[in-house]
Amino acid sequence: MVTGGRKRIINMAGLALLLVLPLLAEAADSPFFVSVATRVLIYALAALSLDLILGYGGMVSFGHAAFVGLGAYVVAILAHHQTDGSFIPFLPGAWNGSTQALIQWPLAMVVGGLFALVIGALSLRTSGVYFIMITLAFAQMLYHFMVSLPTYGGQDGLSLWPRSELPLVDLNDDVSFYYVALVLLLLALVAVRRLIASPFGMVLRGAKQNEARLVSLGVPATRYKLTAFVIAGAIAGLAGALLANHTEFVGPGMMHWTRSGEILIMVILGGVGTLYGAIVGAATLLLLEEGLAGLTEHWMIFLGPFLVFVVLFARRGIYGWLAGREAGDD
Amino acid sequence: MTAQLFLEQTLNGLQQGVMLFLLAAGLTLVFGIMHLINLAHGTLYMVGAYVAATVTKLSGSFTVGVLAALAAAGLVGAAIEMTALRKLYRRDHLDQVLATFGVILFFNELVKIVWGPQALFLSPPAALSGTVEIIPGVPYPAYRLFIIGVGLAVGLGLRYLIVNTRTGMLIRAGATHRDMVGALGVDIDRLFTVVFAIGAMLAGLAGAMAGPMLAVEVGMGEQILILTFVVIIIGGIGSVRGALAGALLVGLVDTYGRAFLPLAMRAALDPAAADSIGASISNVAIYLLMAAVLIWRPRGLFQAYGG
Repeated sequence: MVTGGRKRIINMAGLALLLVLPLLAEAADSPFFVSVATRVLIYALAALSLDLILGYGGMVSFGHAAFVGLGAYVVAILAHHQTDGSFIPFLPGAWNGSTQALIQWPLAMVVGGLFALVIGALSLRTSGVYFIMITLAFAQMLYHFMVSLPTYGGQDGLSLWPRSELPLVDLNDDVSFYYVALVLLLLALVAVRRLIASPFGMVLRGAKQNEARLVSLGVPATRYKLTAFVIAGAIAGLAGALLANHTEFVGPGMMHWTRSGEILIMVILGGVGTLYGAIVGAATLLLLEEGLAGLTEHWMIFLGPFLVFVVLFARRGIYGWLAGREAGDD
Repeated sequence: MTAQLFLEQTLNGLQQGVMLFLLAAGLTLVFGIMHLINLAHGTLYMVGAYVAATVTKLSGSFTVGVLAALAAAGLVGAAIEMTALRKLYRRDHLDQVLATFGVILFFNELVKIVWGPQALFLSPPAALSGTVEIIPGVPYPAYRLFIIGVGLAVGLGLRYLIVNTRTGMLIRAGATHRDMVGALGVDIDRLFTVVFAIGAMLAGLAGAMAGPMLAVEVGMGEQILILTFVVIIIGGIGSVRGALAGALLVGLVDTYGRAFLPLAMRAALDPAAADSIGASISNVAIYLLMAAVLIWRPRGLFQAYGG
């Protein structure tokens, strides 16, 4: 850790900022900012899961918003059936949902992971540009499926009321919700970091650098990549569960491919293969959107060229620039 | 199901397939030769549609509108290629995806500023606004037949261009041996700009022709872009033949799915549930088709020259 000094200082400063942020917002008399920051944390969680497969597994998934959307729908659908007392269709038993976070959120992760298993198993038969387009197409398929499913609101989506219930913590309180999101993000960060440092992570990174060589060494690389894809899908599902609670609304728009594009941009903007970069990227993009939207209705006309500029000239991302050579774990 | 309905739906499917082919041909050529994934291809389609709608209204002539759309899409395409995309050819696909995503955001907003958020509507030209009896007693809109005709003509023209002309020879050579073609004294930069502009004009043509059938609005490009991706994944990226086969397949499966799936479901379920589930499944039918093709042939139906 002697060599990691600069990186460590930046990470500690970032963590300290995140911990005291609600207090700062209160001091500045702008409680609205806590809600914006919660959104940043949730998208950071989604971007973190994408960085696991993109930065360490070399899988450019352009459909990550689908797993976020699925997680969100799981929460909203469970709450919807609980509220109107009806049973969830196509289940073997009769169950009318739940509003308990301890049931909803793990289930959102399971559903995200299961869909990632199916989509990943099919998509990983291919690579390169095919993989990008196929993940994109599968995400659009789920999007169109939800649009045309009137049972759960179709195009109009579902409102989520009340928010999920957690023992001891009231999620309707914005500050409590912020800290719940922060704890989950930090847990995910630690877990993914350990995963990457483990033998599993070594194989994953090896598959990114030279898959043919790994395969000839007798390592079933595709199985490792698929496992990582499923883990990423589950974490994205958790992000979706949080997002549903944050917006108190779930709609097919959450799964639209431009959302997947935004999550990808967060990863690139922060720095691919750095994990912390995902948080920096999510904060930068969302705050930039927020700031530009305050200045002009046509803020996208600035955001578009900004992205082109970042791709052309800032290749290591913001975190890579901040932390220097130590940014990545490779 | 009557023979008449089936014939109508087949023609509808062909018409949709032909539109997809116009877009897929350009996208697949650009990928096959420059190894560039261009998400902004749908943007050129949108530009074509907006310019055609506006010029047709101002001049009163659909032909002038289409020509203006071709010119505008070609110019915008060449301009994007020369300013931003040229630097991306040797970058990895991730960079290309992001930069062209930025281009989409920019143009969508620009179109909103220039034309406003309301959709434009355009009627087909007077000569093509009627119907034609394809077989006695079965009327079919002339404009849709016209689109099928234009699409097939473009397909044949493209084949002639690629197989029989010097430009086509360079395109084929550039796809497989880019550096060698450059070493032999061909101006690769110019060749790339020309290919990109050809693809852009095809997209613009598709946009112009879509005008009288769809609402011309921001976001129309992205909607069709994803379908175009499905087409070239099925057909095999880089292959123009594959683009044609994939486009017709996607057009027919999508149209048949929408027309016949709810009907077929009614045999098993009550009408309301049948319509709702049928609509949901037919909405995703082409993606299921894509998954099936991928299980069978992970690199698409046709292999491109470059592989």
